[in-house]
Amino acid sequence: MIVNGNNAAVVQLIDVHKTYRTGEMEVHAVRGVSLEIHRGEFVALMGASGSGKSTLMNILGCLDRPTSGRYLLDRSDVSHLNRDQLADIRNGKIGFVFQNFNLLPRTSARENVELPLLYGKHQLTNQQLRERADRVLASVGLQGREDHHPSQLSGGQQQRVAIARALINDPEVLLADEPTGNLDSRTSVEIMGIFQELNERGITIIMVTHETDIAAFARRDVVMRDGLVRSDRAVSQRLIASDESGKLASVDDLAHPEN
Amino acid sequence: MRLGSTLKIAFRALRRNKLRSALTALGIIIGVGAVIAMVGIGSGAKAQVEAQIASLGQNVILVFSGSTTSSGIRTGWGGAGTLKIEDAEAIRREVPGVSAVSEEVPSNVQVAAGNQNWFTRILGESADYFDIRQWPLASGSPFTPQDVRSANKVCVIGKTTASQIFGNEDPIGQTLRIKNVPFTVTGVLTPKGLSAQGLDQDDVVIMPYTSAMKRVAGGTTLRNINVQVANASDLEPAQQQIISLLRQRHNIRPGRDDDFTVRNQQEIAQAATATTEVMTGLLGAIAGVSLVVGGIGIMNIMLVSVTERTREIGTRMAVGAHGRDILTQFLIEAVSLSAIGGLLGIILGVAASKILSAWKNWPSLISPSSIVVAFLVSAAVGIFFGFYPARTASRLDPIDALRYE
Repeated sequence: MIVNGNNAAVVQLIDVHKTYRTGEMEVHAVRGVSLEIHRGEFVALMGASGSGKSTLMNILGCLDRPTSGRYLLDRSDVSHLNRDQLADIRNGKIGFVFQNFNLLPRTSARENVELPLLYGKHQLTNQQLRERADRVLASVGLQGREDHHPSQLSGGQQQRVAIARALINDPEVLLADEPTGNLDSRTSVEIMGIFQELNERGITIIMVTHETDIAAFARRDVVMRDGLVRSDRAVSQRLIASDESGKLASVDDLAHPEN
Repeated sequence: MRLGSTLKIAFRALRRNKLRSALTALGIIIGVGAVIAMVGIGSGAKAQVEAQIASLGQNVILVFSGSTTSSGIRTGWGGAGTLKIEDAEAIRREVPGVSAVSEEVPSNVQVAAGNQNWFTRILGESADYFDIRQWPLASGSPFTPQDVRSANKVCVIGKTTASQIFGNEDPIGQTLRIKNVPFTVTGVLTPKGLSAQGLDQDDVVIMPYTSAMKRVAGGTTLRNINVQVANASDLEPAQQQIISLLRQRHNIRPGRDDDFTVRNQQEIAQAATATTEVMTGLLGAIAGVSLVVGGIGIMNIMLVSVTERTREIGTRMAVGAHGRDILTQFLIEAVSLSAIGGLLGIILGVAASKILSAWKNWPSLISPSSIVVAFLVSAAVGIFFGFYPARTASRLDPIDALRYE
């Protein structure tokens, strides 16, 4: 379904509500959010726990459907699709990056990255799977680690595998849910560096975070509270990952002068 | 549509948990192995009994003389001496479909030759006996109808008797003293082995029944008559004809009991194989229980696996797996485990029954159909016990599954 509007809007939420019913209680997690995200944006979605940002993230990721309102992804309405149709949308148009990586254990980086291809429309040969996975792994700096299992990789490397997995089907949107929540600050900056690099290449990124210094790597900052968008503005003092890692390195040098 | 990919996914998942996969399959391996081995040994035993029954000869009817009671002591079949030579001749003459008749006069006596002697069984028979029992001679020649008519002092001996009396010498043409009457050995029978009752069938001396009556057993009655009919379809009518013929000849009024008994080979075979069939059934059932336990093991592991892999399932759904893909994946995992277990179990079962039959000298018979059935049953066990966990997995909500700790 093609809807007229801004051609560049890759995500368009129109008065989206989400209500959960737990027994007698009705929980209004999202109470009417309208949001437009354009191709090539890097949005940080912020808010305290209970603000509705996770619910909104689930809707944006097509893991959940809004109770009312419309969600246009890449100009087609996905608010009323069934379970299987949503799964196909997630497969082709959305890449997920999670806080706890969610990599398959005892499975090589390459096979983890191949996973979305196995659920895709086209059946690929082992050779094709391997080539595509290795290419994406190389693009996130993991050349030579294709056969490593997650337990043999550092947290930052595991998150890179997850990013590679999210990118393998060339998604419209990369959705990251607290991508640095389990990482130390140096590795967090490293991951933000990858996000900024991908964003430079034109990939649209939506990132949920509650850390202001992580949100500062984005271009646009959307803050939610009580199920509504409270503020939506461009990041004024944007951090650039390559500069920040330089600063962290010099702090390390001060702490360990013998290096 | 995506079966190829799902197969790939399922096999990758199994490979990731090699030890668990092997242990899960072990339940099925043992179950199928036990079924194959037990049924193999059971049908081996049944085949052996059937072979022993068949060694009685094809399409044979046995007519036994009745029992008698003297001072309260009953003699058992054949004791009454109600069967006469004329009865046998009447059967030969009057019953349609009869192809051979042998009058039987048995006795157990001491026989001797040179300085050797041996206690053995003497069977007086007609010349048809060797055809009825399908018992060819290893060397020499059988006695003839002429020998029977003249009650000649000739005999044919079994393998065991031959080796006990004559050792390595050629018995043909030698003299065998039976109750001090010299008999000439004209032939040696091929070995027939043990009977269904465990008797050595080769420990025997066979002579014309006329000679046995006159010179060995005494008396003028037959213990039993062996009758052979040409076709299996003649068995039942011939049996009825024999009964009515003998009732008439023995002047038995309607309502009175027969003074003889008629059995056909099928009845004897059925009675003998019924026992082994029950045994096979019991063994198979016990082994089947272990197969079911193996199946429950698969269900158990798959359920644990679904719980343990909830996050993995959530991840798969997040990257585009349909519920059906998850269902198929877990079903394929379960069926692969049980089918691989089934294949290994078949190998184990065949090996076990071969080893048992070599070690304990039990015959075993493994039919291709039992292998096919065992394999299909093990695959079905996988589907049956894998379905519930697979469906549970496929119905998970991706959001909950991703958050599962």
